[in-house]
Amino acid sequence: MKHLLGTDGLDPDTARVILDTAEGLKKTLLGREVKKLPTLRGRTVITLFYEDSTRTRVSFEIAGKWMSADVVNVSAKGSSVKKGESLRDTALTLAAAGADCVIVRHPASGAAHRLASWLSHTNTSVVNAGDGTHEHPTQALLDMATLRERLGGVEGRRIAIVGDVLHSRVARSNVHLLTSFGAEVVLVAPPTLLPTAVGDWPVGAAGSLVVSHDLDPELPTLDAVMLLRVQAERMHGGFFPSAREYSIAYGLNEARASLLPEHAVVLHPGPMLRGMEISHAVADSARAAITEQVTNGVHVRMAVLYHLLAGEEDAA
Amino acid sequence: MSTTVIRGAKPYGEGDPVDIEIRDGVITAIGTGLDTGGAEVIDAGGLVALPGFVDLHTHLREPGREDTETIETGSRAAALGGYTAVFAMANTDPVADNAVVVEHVWRRGREVGLVDVHPVGAVTVGLKGEQLAELGTMARSAARVRVFSDDGLCVADPLVMRRALEYTRALDAVIAQHAEEPRLTVGAQAHEGELAARLGLAGWPAVAEEAIVARDCLLAKHVGARLHVCHVSTAGTADVLRWAKERGTRVSAEVTPHHLLLDDERLNTYDPVNKVNPPLRTASDAKALREALAAGTLDCVATDHAPHAAQDKDCEWSAARPGMLGLQTALPIVVATMVEPGLLDWRGVARVMSERPAEIGGLPDQGRPIAVGEPATLTLVDPAGRWTVRGAELASIAANTPYEGMDLPGTVVLTLLRGEVTARDGKATA
Amino acid sequence: MPPRHRGAPEPAERRELLSAGDVARTIARMAHQVIEKTSLGASDAGPVVLLGIPTRGAPLAHRLARRVAEFSGVEVGVGTLDVTLYRDDLRRKPTRPLGETELPVGGIENALVILVDDVLFSGRTIRAALDALRDAGGRPRAVQLAVLVDRGHRELPIRADYVGKNVPTARSEEVHVLLSETDDRDAVLLNRAGEGA
Repeated sequence: MKHLLGTDGLDPDTARVILDTAEGLKKTLLGREVKKLPTLRGRTVITLFYEDSTRTRVSFEIAGKWMSADVVNVSAKGSSVKKGESLRDTALTLAAAGADCVIVRHPASGAAHRLASWLSHTNTSVVNAGDGTHEHPTQALLDMATLRERLGGVEGRRIAIVGDVLHSRVARSNVHLLTSFGAEVVLVAPPTLLPTAVGDWPVGAAGSLVVSHDLDPELPTLDAVMLLRVQAERMHGGFFPSAREYSIAYGLNEARASLLPEHAVVLHPGPMLRGMEISHAVADSARAAITEQVTNGVHVRMAVLYHLLAGEEDAA
Repeated sequence: MSTTVIRGAKPYGEGDPVDIEIRDGVITAIGTGLDTGGAEVIDAGGLVALPGFVDLHTHLREPGREDTETIETGSRAAALGGYTAVFAMANTDPVADNAVVVEHVWRRGREVGLVDVHPVGAVTVGLKGEQLAELGTMARSAARVRVFSDDGLCVADPLVMRRALEYTRALDAVIAQHAEEPRLTVGAQAHEGELAARLGLAGWPAVAEEAIVARDCLLAKHVGARLHVCHVSTAGTADVLRWAKERGTRVSAEVTPHHLLLDDERLNTYDPVNKVNPPLRTASDAKALREALAAGTLDCVATDHAPHAAQDKDCEWSAARPGMLGLQTALPIVVATMVEPGLLDWRGVARVMSERPAEIGGLPDQGRPIAVGEPATLTLVDPAGRWTVRGAELASIAANTPYEGMDLPGTVVLTLLRGEVTARDGKATA
Repeated sequence: MPPRHRGAPEPAERRELLSAGDVARTIARMAHQVIEKTSLGASDAGPVVLLGIPTRGAPLAHRLARRVAEFSGVEVGVGTLDVTLYRDDLRRKPTRPLGETELPVGGIENALVILVDDVLFSGRTIRAALDALRDAGGRPRAVQLAVLVDRGHRELPIRADYVGKNVPTARSEEVHVLLSETDDRDAVLLNRAGEGA
């Protein structure tokens, strides 16, 4: 594996190896005072973020540092990025400067794919840390790691993704990964927040994908519910009448959460809007796995870096 | 004066090969075994003779973006593609919304002399869609503007469009509309379909085109004006046009080679060379467009030749400018999509590439029959020829062709503009 | 990606160095040596922990622990220590999956840790194991090494405290240890150059 650009088309066996590695790393580091592993010593990892995202960038940074890689953070602020340098030139510059891996977050869908094609003649790996409204593969992997811990796996499980699916890269990456692992995914959103023809998307053959506009009847059937953040700009974009109406129809409050089966897990990629898509009490309840998601994020990203950077170059 | 004899060509690909004698830019004889004494002989054995092609929709980028194309390089590309006349779109910098700019473009075209360059005038000042540009002054200028368009942008305001249509009735001109309802295409990046949705590219819905075409057809009918629809891209637009034509609307429409051949499967790579406006639609749209062109619902092929600098294409999708080169590849794409499948014969090619666009654009001396007494404005095509497209080898300064590396049928062997050779065997003469 | 099967050789050109019976006898002898050298059971002896290095060091450690318990009546701690993340040859091979690290309940603080592996060759795995052990938490009283086969060709100043069998080999040859826990049977095989996994 040279790049991690998305979960669409990611071979389930490869995903499984990454998840197993993440699990192994988590176990290895459990209770340790010193978290540092020497595995990626001398390797240079650059986070290249064109959007603000403290949580994802920090998670990658910690992952790299715990693996002893040299991690350099480049943000759109305070670099030549602001001076109008093209993404291509920035990518080539970072590769020429010795980056073994570029972790990119960019507002344009497909930016990571473009980066990978520009760097195809180099040994530099590309990790997609979120491209526009396309994919965010490490988020889906960490969600999967969390669901494996909580549910033992997702095969045959029914998992709802609720909210702004249209603009969500988290939703897209999760749809592909969850279905390729055999889950039944239910997308729950008003029609204005669902992507075109989403019910006809080709998804992992092992699973299935259905669409619903009504959350309540789904709740008793779910093994997990994944809430998406409602972005402020969507509220003003006419995608739904008001924040209040959204929250009434799709917000996970205590009454709704009580309709879930005992074992059902609540996930949220963060940052949460408490009181909007999730109530305060549900976010802090035992079924919420939100802090585990963050913890697993570090281990999953360590595992991704391990599989991209630890082996010999050109290894498939 | 010099005499040229084209030996052994088949006009419209029909009948037995004939010789065509040309004197002083005019066809003076057509027959077999013409006397060639003292004449320059052009061996055209196996070639098809067609009236020179007319492109209603070209971006020559001069003035303003001479780093991507000039009137000179664009004329060369046109001649090599078999064109003898092109309409240069108004979205230059400065905008061609006044007599000064259109006359500049027209004069530069004449100086280069490879192809008749007819400037398109802007419909509204600065392409802003608010105030009508001086359409009459442009029409009466040396450039004799007969096509007005805000192409790149839609004349979205229905009242402004109505007035433009009404006003041009007096000028014997046509409004060429870039049909795109702007509120339905805010941030649009690609055809609103399953693939763009999966790829996270904001959708450009078919209805944004169809709604404007339907509205404009109703407006044109209402005021009794002529309307031309630029780059039709959806099956639904073809349906609307069929309906409008049946009820007597004076509407014509063009389709681009890329909308005939390519579809949104191209999005998969995120390579912006495939980014164009209107966007590449579905394979079933492309099929419907080919059928509508064959049936005459769509009148003609226009290239929407749109040169862009490498830095405006070799970037992330959303930052890239929309548009593709088209002048040199138009005929081969028409051969591949229309002639080879049997949808059009060569007479049909003459209709959609030359005769209809000349009529729509108001050019009396283009798109003429191949007959004695007519201007020797001709294109000789080798139907058996094949070539591999290389963007870097095209005459345009820019290289943004979506057909890079494709092996295409049909080569332009010779282009004649009023008897003068403008391109021969892949080389322009100026 | 499946784990590397060092013990799954091709059938051609190989010699059996130890039979199943030999393997059992060798482990038993090593168990006696461990008991003797660590003064196991003596009142002043500290805790002893056997840590097997995956893949085949892990079952070996368990077998050795069972034998030690059988012969001495003392249950020693047993666990596994994966060294993958500490290897210095990661970039020479396709990415390896991780093995298990499982320390015994009592940990390794102040214990005599005996690392257990199947074959001692360059010594690089053992160096990685010492690094992994340092980070694993706890400070052992001392660290020793037990291997089923020592085939020579050391590249580091490392030697084993307990050796099942010394086998002189050519560098190009390969030694494969088969154990019923991971393979179809117990045996130690020597492969000629270019043969085997």
